[in-house]
Amino acid sequence: MSTAYRPPLAEMRFVLDEVAGLRTTTQLPGLEHATPEIVDQVLLAAARLASEVLAPLNPVGDRTGSVLENGVVRTPPGFREAYRQFADGGWNGLVFPAEWGGQDLPWTLGAAVAEMWNAANMTFQICPLLTQAVIDALLHHGTPEQKAVFLEPLVGGRWTGAMGLTEPQAGTDLGAIRTRAVPDRDGYRIFGQKIYISYGDHDMAENIVHLVLARLPDAPAGSRGLSLFIVPKLVPDAQGRPARRNDMRPLKLEHKLGLHASPTCVMAYGEDGGATGLLLGEPHAGLRCMFTMVNKARLAVGHEGLGLAERAYQQALTYAHERVQGRVAGRPVAILAYPDVRRMLLTMRAQIAAMRALAYWTAGFVDRAARAADPDARAAAAGRVALLTPIVKAWCTDRAQEIAALAVQVHGGMGFIEETGVAQHYREARILSIYEGTNGVQALDLVARKLAQDDGRLPWLLLEELRAEVPRLPEAPALERALATLETATRTVQAAPEEVRAAASTPYLRLIGQVLGAFLLGRGAASAQAPPYWGLLHRFYLRHLLPPALALGEVVAAGADDLDPAALAP
Amino acid sequence: MRILVPVKRVVDYNVKIRVKADGSGVDTANVKMSMNPFDEIACEQAIRLKEAGHAEEIVAVSIGEAKCQETLRTALAMGADRGIHVEAPADVQPLAVAKMLRAIVGREQPGLVVMGKQAIDDDSNQTGQMLAALLGWAQATFISKLELADGRAVVAREVDEGLERIEVTLPAVLTVDLRLNEPRYASLPNIMKAKKKPIDVLTPGDLGVDPAPRLLYLKVEEPPRRQAGVKLGSVDELVTKLKQDAGVI
Ligand SMILES: Cc1cc2nc3c(=O)[nH]c(=O)nc-3n(C[C@H](O)[C@H](O)[C@H](O)COP(=O)(O)OP(=O)(O)OC[C@H]3O[C@@H](n4cnc5c(N)ncnc54)[C@H](O)[C@@H]3O)c2cc1C
Repeated sequence: MSTAYRPPLAEMRFVLDEVAGLRTTTQLPGLEHATPEIVDQVLLAAARLASEVLAPLNPVGDRTGSVLENGVVRTPPGFREAYRQFADGGWNGLVFPAEWGGQDLPWTLGAAVAEMWNAANMTFQICPLLTQAVIDALLHHGTPEQKAVFLEPLVGGRWTGAMGLTEPQAGTDLGAIRTRAVPDRDGYRIFGQKIYISYGDHDMAENIVHLVLARLPDAPAGSRGLSLFIVPKLVPDAQGRPARRNDMRPLKLEHKLGLHASPTCVMAYGEDGGATGLLLGEPHAGLRCMFTMVNKARLAVGHEGLGLAERAYQQALTYAHERVQGRVAGRPVAILAYPDVRRMLLTMRAQIAAMRALAYWTAGFVDRAARAADPDARAAAAGRVALLTPIVKAWCTDRAQEIAALAVQVHGGMGFIEETGVAQHYREARILSIYEGTNGVQALDLVARKLAQDDGRLPWLLLEELRAEVPRLPEAPALERALATLETATRTVQAAPEEVRAAASTPYLRLIGQVLGAFLLGRGAASAQAPPYWGLLHRFYLRHLLPPALALGEVVAAGADDLDPAALAP
Repeated sequence: MRILVPVKRVVDYNVKIRVKADGSGVDTANVKMSMNPFDEIACEQAIRLKEAGHAEEIVAVSIGEAKCQETLRTALAMGADRGIHVEAPADVQPLAVAKMLRAIVGREQPGLVVMGKQAIDDDSNQTGQMLAALLGWAQATFISKLELADGRAVVAREVDEGLERIEVTLPAVLTVDLRLNEPRYASLPNIMKAKKKPIDVLTPGDLGVDPAPRLLYLKVEEPPRRQAGVKLGSVDELVTKLKQDAGVI
């Protein structure tokens, strides 16, 4: 069935330039080499690899899955070869420093490229995503020696990364982690068991570098007693070559709703005297180190939602053009002729455009936070990233699930049949609101931390910018009403006691995501370069997708009173 | 030895072709354009020859509008060493292209010209043959296998009857078929390096060629839509139909 993926390059390029401000971003120090011509070439080359190599493997991965045999994980047929092409192509190093073999290209471009990997084959892309997260943590917290050993092979994609946080009793609450680290002559020995470790073992690369959260003997209880350790599958020798097999192994792969190609491992560390680990960052500062990578990874999960949604939409659109059902004015028609089918497809398309705009625009602040010449500009951009990260993660992934569900719906009965392929997207979208911090946790992070940051000024810096720009945008009155609702809700949440704030968190996150989406579509609509359909998407969004979201203002105002456990007695 | 690889910018093979409403040609506005797939195979082959030590330099040439430089960059990212862009109108016809290539061969003195057997936009399948004739060089067309030794190329040609093996003496023009190789994907580091490789820009005048079309297109139209078929129950029914309805037997 239809599993083709055609990267919407023209639309992506438009959003990069006209909504996310890529041309301004590439004027930042160190990004001058990212000329418009290079951006085009990179997008084109990634589009080919994504659509010709990765996309055809997506259903294969779903049907075959990774397996654990004789203690090692085997990925589905074709994954190794595809990974080799991906790594040899240098794609893993897109945004990373030239010093370690990367290309120093903007994160904004990285977001667009990641969208394509995810649309083509999200399950495959989880592996590079984890590698990039590990690179990020090493770049920020590694010692010069650690960087010298690990960064080059990771940036080059010869080695991959894995994140070892979760344990059976410690999911959202990492403070409950029990894995132990004991100081040793040349480092630490790690003992414990982790669950759900994605790509904890596999056969696509020469080595796998785990970052493991564990507790030192003298550690305080709870999350302040966690330290982060580099635990490589093969311990490198003095020359940095993978040498000795470390004392760690996958015990079992989970049987899952989706992501069958991504090996989700139960990992045992230190069954045989202790796994060799190196401390990354300071003792007991593990959670802080880990958050460096988790924050980027959260944005990356938002990009997973975006990519998956685009793929599901493309498949539904093709089907709607082909499926003949019923007659209009006596002639047989494809289902696209029906307003309700068009409503579904336009909902998907307009929503995806808004998600793409939010994802790329946010990535622009990541670039500025890293590279702006002026320290104040860097700090301001970092604040903006902090505010937008939970929104990109949770809003894009929640919407991705709705879009995948609509894609199934457009297919009717065929959507429920696995061979059609669209059900895979529906099943796989489900993980996105769970891992990298559940979307509930994202919403809490937004209302409790981010809305309170800088004495509560952080969200208002954004809201004031929107206030200033909105009058220049098409359909300004509708946007102004939306902004007013968001401002009121923001004040309500900021003033609320903890319990009320928590109760309002998820509706508030959806509201701000939906309003930001409207604003960014409007920014695109104001551009002279806007493609003809963009104004249509903008208007559809304002009239069909925004009004129900604005009603969330009332939900936010309802507070916590009605979340009464009395109705929920076991 | 130097190898010359002409590369053409064409509508991407994935794009569904639309004919302009006035029948004057194919609509290329806002349509994704790429390197002609056969030229990609030619480029790949040249790179492999260089990697195998048969050549020192690969020069890619593209003739057409400014955007052809994108196509040249793609060739440079794959592994060509430098580019020549002849800035000309979009619709230069095979004979003019062959003449310009002849002039470039005169300047560059390559030992081989490796090019696509045809471009997927107009499917002319003429330029390579014309170029060989203009140069008075040997030609080997539709090749799906190539070995170089002692100043000769041994090739397999894909012809209707199967594979034909021939030997040609260099210098020669080779036009490549689909099964010769599988072109590589440009790697990210090579895309970045390609930016620094030189592209010379020439005009048809510099090469002493008039690019004006010699053929006049009267009209371009969509092929007629295929009629729906019918399922027949038996061979007898088929024979009857062929006799009575189609009148072909
Ligand atoms: C396929 C897959 C891959 C994964 N990959 C990795 C990996 O590579 N590395 C890794 O370390 N982990 C990984 N995980 C683990 C994942 O990050 C956790 O499942 C996730 O953090 C949630 O933890 P939990 O499952 O224990 O759920 P719980 O923490 O038990 O949460 C259950 C529910 O309660 C809510 N909840 C919990 N605490 C709070 C709170 N304080 N306030 C409000 N609501 C709360 C949650 O939002 C959720 O709805 C993976 C999981 C899966 C399924």
